Amino acid sequence: MRQAARQAFSKHEATNLIDEGLRSELTKQGIFTTTLEDLYNWGRKNSLWPLGFGLACCAIEMIATSMARWDLARFGAEVFRPSPRQADLMIVAGTVTKKMAPQVVRLYNQMPEPKYVIAMGACAISGGPFKQGYNVLKGIDRYIPVDVHIPGCPPRPEALLHAFMTLQEKIDRQHLTGPDRPRHARADVAGEFPVPAFGEHDLVPTMNPEVWQPPQHAGRD
Amino acid sequence: MMESIATVPRYELTPASHDGTSGDLLEISMGPQHPSTHGVFRMDVVLDGERVVKLKPVFGYLHRNHEKIGETTSYLGSMPYTDRLDYFCSLTNNWAYALTIEKLAGLEVPERAEYIRVITAELTRIQNHICLAGFLLQDMGASGTPLMYAFREREKVLDLFESLTGARMMCNYMRFGGCRCDLPPDWLEQARKFADEFPAFHEEFQALLETNEILLARTQGVGVLKPDLAINAGVTGPMLRACGVNYDIRKVDRYGIYNRFKFRVPLGDHGDVYDRYMVRMLEMKESLEILRQALRDIPDGPIVDPKAKLRGFRPKAGEAYGRIEAPKGELGFYVISDGSPNPYRYRVRPPSFINLTILEDMCLGCHIADVVIILGSIDIVLGEVDR
Amino acid sequence: MLEGTKSTNVESLEQIKNRIEAAIPGARLEIMPNGSASGQHSILVDNEHGLRIACFLRDDPQLRLDYASNVTGIDWPETVIKEKKKTRQLIEGVEREIEETVETRRPGYLEVVYHLYSMEFKHGPLILRLRTGDRAENVHLPSLTPVWRAAEFQEREIFDLFGIRFDSHPDLRRILMWDEFLDHPMRKDYVDPDDFEYEPTAHGAVLDRASQHRQTS
Repeated sequence: MRQAARQAFSKHEATNLIDEGLRSELTKQGIFTTTLEDLYNWGRKNSLWPLGFGLACCAIEMIATSMARWDLARFGAEVFRPSPRQADLMIVAGTVTKKMAPQVVRLYNQMPEPKYVIAMGACAISGGPFKQGYNVLKGIDRYIPVDVHIPGCPPRPEALLHAFMTLQEKIDRQHLTGPDRPRHARADVAGEFPVPAFGEHDLVPTMNPEVWQPPQHAGRD
Repeated sequence: MMESIATVPRYELTPASHDGTSGDLLEISMGPQHPSTHGVFRMDVVLDGERVVKLKPVFGYLHRNHEKIGETTSYLGSMPYTDRLDYFCSLTNNWAYALTIEKLAGLEVPERAEYIRVITAELTRIQNHICLAGFLLQDMGASGTPLMYAFREREKVLDLFESLTGARMMCNYMRFGGCRCDLPPDWLEQARKFADEFPAFHEEFQALLETNEILLARTQGVGVLKPDLAINAGVTGPMLRACGVNYDIRKVDRYGIYNRFKFRVPLGDHGDVYDRYMVRMLEMKESLEILRQALRDIPDGPIVDPKAKLRGFRPKAGEAYGRIEAPKGELGFYVISDGSPNPYRYRVRPPSFINLTILEDMCLGCHIADVVIILGSIDIVLGEVDR
Repeated sequence: MLEGTKSTNVESLEQIKNRIEAAIPGARLEIMPNGSASGQHSILVDNEHGLRIACFLRDDPQLRLDYASNVTGIDWPETVIKEKKKTRQLIEGVEREIEETVETRRPGYLEVVYHLYSMEFKHGPLILRLRTGDRAENVHLPSLTPVWRAAEFQEREIFDLFGIRFDSHPDLRRILMWDEFLDHPMRKDYVDPDDFEYEPTAHGAVLDRASQHRQTS
C-alpha cells in the first residue's frame, strides 16, 4: 500500500527502476535499496525535535504525552529543545493571545528550515472557547502556516500521537526536487514571516493575507 | 503610620561588587518562552554578575478575558471556563464557583454531594502536589525522572476523574447545589484501591529525594519569606504555611463538611524553598487521611439540592464572595448579581497571581539559578495568573 | 457582621462604623446592604479618609484585619432608575391617590471593593468600598498598597482593565494588556476589535458581526 501511495504521488521514475522481486531478493541477502528521497524523509520524520512551547492547558496534555504512559519518545521526539534554533517542530499548545502572538511568530522565524507547526487544541486552531475575547488571537494560522490541526479541548494524548503520525506521513510524501517540493527546498520562497506589532486597540496587522484568507463559505446564511 | 513592611526592599550594591572586575548591570528577559517558567511568564531580571538586583514579573500572555466572558455568559455557562483557570485542578475551581453561587442564592448541598466534593478535592490536591514536586525537581536539574514518577501517579487519578466526569482534565463536574452525576458503581472501590497504594509510592518518592544532597543544597535557605511580609502580601496556601502561619481555610471557614474530618495542618519553620516542598509532601499525607475518612463515611442519597434550578437560574440581586482552600492557595470568586440570567460582575481571586507579589522580595540577592527554583516553589499556573 | 471562630471578636458592622467615625473625625461612612442570601454587607468609605481608615482597620487591636484577600473593580455606567411612587393629587376637585413613575438618573462611577480578613483572629470578611466621582475625569482613588501589599498587583490590574488611577501606588502601569494598548477593556461600553472574519458556527450577535464582513468583501 505504501508503494501504491508513493506511485500515486510521485512523478519520478527512479522508484520504478528496480522491480519488487529483485528488491525482496536483495533484502533477504542483507542489501537494502531505497531512493535518496525516501531515506532523507525517513530520517527526518523519525527524529522530529519539538520546541518546548506550551502555552496553556494543552501543554499539560503534551507533557503527559511525553511521559511514560503515552510515550512520545518512541517517535523520536523525546528531546524537547528549549531553543528554537535546535528544534524543527513547534507544537502550539494552548491559547495564543494577542500579547503573545508576536513572540510566537518570532520563534517560528528563528527555527531553521525544514520546520513544521502543529496547532494543538481548539484555541490554537481558531481561538477556542475564548473566541469572544479582546486579547485572544483567533487561530495561530492567521500569521504562520500550520501543518496539522488537532481539535479538542484539550485533545487526548492519543490525539496528539495521531497528529504526530499524520505529520510523519506528510513528511514522507514530500519531494526533494520537482515543482511541488516544499518550502525548505526552494530558494525563492522566504521562510520568515512578518511579526505583528502592538497597536493601540489590536495587533497591526490583524492577519497575514499571504498565509490565511477567511474562507468564503463561512457561517450560516 | 505606614509600616515599612509593605514597601519593596532594595538590594544594595556593596562596594565589593564594584572592585573593578565587574562592569555594568546585565538586563535579561527570562521568558515568555523558557523551559522553566511554568508557562508563558516573563521576568525582566537585572543582574550584577550572577546576583539579582531587580526583578519585575511581566504576565498577561495568557489573558483570555475570563471575567468579561463571565459577564456575557449565564451562571452555569461559566462553569466550564472555571476548569481552565488552574488547569491542573479543575475540580477545586468548580467547587469554589459553585460555593459562591450557593452563597449568593442560598442553596444547600446534600450530604452525599458534599462527600463527593471532598473526595474529588483531596484527589486533586494530591495530584497537584505530586506534579509540583516533579516540576520543581525538573527545574533543579533532575531532568525528567521525578516528573515521570509523578505523572505515573497522576494518570491513576485522572483515570478516576475520567470515569466519574467523562474528562481527564476539564471536568465541569460541580453544579449549584451539588454535583452533576452520581458515582459509577465501582468507583469507590477504585478510589479505595488508589488510597491504599498511594502511601507506598509516597514513601518511595520521599526516600529517593528527602536526603538528596543536591536538593538540600539548592533549597535550604533559598528564597526565605518572613511571615509578616507573607500575611501583608496576601500570600496563601502552602507557601504561607511554610512560613509558619497557621491559616488553612479548611480549618478557618470550615466550608463544606471539613469540620467532620480529623486532619493536621503542616507548618514550616523557615519559609524557604525546602519548607515549601516539605509542607506539600506532608499535605499529601493529610489529604490521604481525609480521603480515607471520606471514602469510609460517604452516605447514599441525592446529589443535587432539589430547590436548585438548572435552567432559568436568576438569583436575587446582591453579591457574594466565596473562597476555598485550593491546592495553590485561597481561590475566591466574587459575583455580583442584578437579577438577570448573567452575572453583573464576575471576579476570580487567583492565588497564583497574589502569591507572585513577593517574587521580587524573595529573589533579591540570590543567584540567577535560584530564581528558577523560587519561582517553581511558588507553584504558579498561568491560566490562573492571567485569567 | 464579621464571621469568625472567636466569638469575642465578632462585631456588627454598625459597631465598627461607629468606632471608625470616632477614631477618624470627618470620615463619611455608609453601610451598603446586600440583597442576596449571603448576608455580606459592606461599608462605603469616602476617598479622602480611605487610607487612614485602612490603617485603622489593619492596626486596631480588636479587628487586626491584616490580610486583604481580594480587590475588585466594578463599572457602574449611568443608569436611569424607575420607581413607582404613590402620590396624592387634586383631580377634578377630589383628592385621589395615583401611582406615578419617578425616574431618577444615577450618575456613572467606578468602584473598588476590598475584602479584608484577619489571619490573627481568623475572622472576616469586612468589605470596604470606594467610589470614584465619575467615569471620565475623576477616576482617582487612594491606593491601599502602602497598607496591604497584596493590593499591589490587583490595583494595577484594575488600572489596566477599568482605568481607575490609584494615587501613591508604587508602580502603576499596565499588567495584563500590552503597554501600547489604549482602552480599558472591562468597562461596560468597551467595543472589542472586529476580527470576526471567519466564524464556522456563528450564531446570534457574532453571526451579525461576521456577516457584515461577507457583505462588504
